[in-house]
Amino acid sequence: MDWLYMYMPIAGVNIFWPGLVLIGFSVGTIGGFFGMGGAWMVTPGLNILGFPMAFAIGTDMAHIAGKSMISTMRHAKFGNVDYKLGLFMVFGTFIGIECGAQLVMYLERLGRIDAVVRYVYILFLALIAFMVFYDYAKAVSKKKAGAVEGERGTEGITWYKAFHKINIPPMVHFKTAGFTCSAWLPAGVSFLTGVLAGFLGIGGGLFRMPALVYLIGCPTHIAVGTDLFEVMISGLYGAFTFSLKGRIEIVAVFVMLTGAAIGAQIGTVATKYAKGYGIRVAFGIAVICCMISIILKQLGFSNSSAVLILTTIGLMCVYISVIMFKGAAAELREKKAAKQASHPLS
Amino acid sequence: MRGLLKRVLCFIAGIGLCLPHLAWASGEAATNLVIVADTRRVSGILKYIADTYNTDPWLFAVWAVVITAVWGGFLGFLMDFIMERTGLDLKSRKILEH
Repeated sequence: MDWLYMYMPIAGVNIFWPGLVLIGFSVGTIGGFFGMGGAWMVTPGLNILGFPMAFAIGTDMAHIAGKSMISTMRHAKFGNVDYKLGLFMVFGTFIGIECGAQLVMYLERLGRIDAVVRYVYILFLALIAFMVFYDYAKAVSKKKAGAVEGERGTEGITWYKAFHKINIPPMVHFKTAGFTCSAWLPAGVSFLTGVLAGFLGIGGGLFRMPALVYLIGCPTHIAVGTDLFEVMISGLYGAFTFSLKGRIEIVAVFVMLTGAAIGAQIGTVATKYAKGYGIRVAFGIAVICCMISIILKQLGFSNSSAVLILTTIGLMCVYISVIMFKGAAAELREKKAAKQASHPLS
Repeated sequence: MRGLLKRVLCFIAGIGLCLPHLAWASGEAATNLVIVADTRRVSGILKYIADTYNTDPWLFAVWAVVITAVWGGFLGFLMDFIMERTGLDLKSRKILEH
């Protein structure tokens, strides 16, 4: 069974390469559907496969950049990427990440940084999960009461409407996302999510995607595509800095990207057949599982934490694949029926 | 189509269930970092990458970004080419929130 193991010259370890392909595939599927990098899934997966933690993070960064590029290309064809909004947010994110990293260094000098970071992570994940499910419950009750709002249908939380009323110049129109707001809104939100990302040492998609929906007012599908565009840029930057520090295994990145290329198509095309609230609720469930896994890790149950993450990844992949294949089958059936109706003799 | 869908889903679920076992079977997590890439066991392009890692971190970082971007772009175009042949409409979608 030696052929199932590949030698990684930089990390100096033999790795089970089908595991790398599967991690790539899973993260490609989930990331393409939710619009995030998925570092919280890749890093523990790589570590379990035998990568030293330092190499796991750098390798993860480069893989996320390549994977997001593949997903962004597909989302762009659907019209799900607002490049202007993405570029506005990239600058805020970079400055925010740097501030977050400085904050970590300051807290390191005070001590107990690991516990603080984990508690903040748990707190914000709980907040996001609450927001997602509160929003869903509110939208459902509104719909039952017969309220239909605007062209997007019934919505639960509409905080973005209040933020859009801020008239601090310059005002910018984002054509693809379909709204006009003060340029300070995306800049400020991306800065805050960037500070969190830098502080927690993650890519930030987990926070940016809901922020794009609830605070900036992007339709869910455009939030997914635009966030992936941003993840692609920040991932390439992360790949560069980690390479410079010598903490990247480029051979593993290649292998993972091969699996991610297939997964990204499934995840991205599945968004075509999923309703915005379906994506939001599944995202909320993923956030809860991520939160529980961190709590387990904090309590010293590292194996249980890894099992929970892997189970979540597996189930989410199945759920997204079902949406994609069911939707694709229905579309192809409709097309065939339409063709037969227009050419009944052929 | 439904049968094929079921088989594909069973395969994915099977892989998902086997993954933890296969992953853990690959051995314990490495603890000692190899700071210098071992060039004795590799050849060709892998040897070049390992040599660059050892001798020129800046060139290695540039190569890492360029290769990641090029490989990601290539796979994106390749998958696009394949997906366009499935007959699915991949250029339009309705935005439905609820």
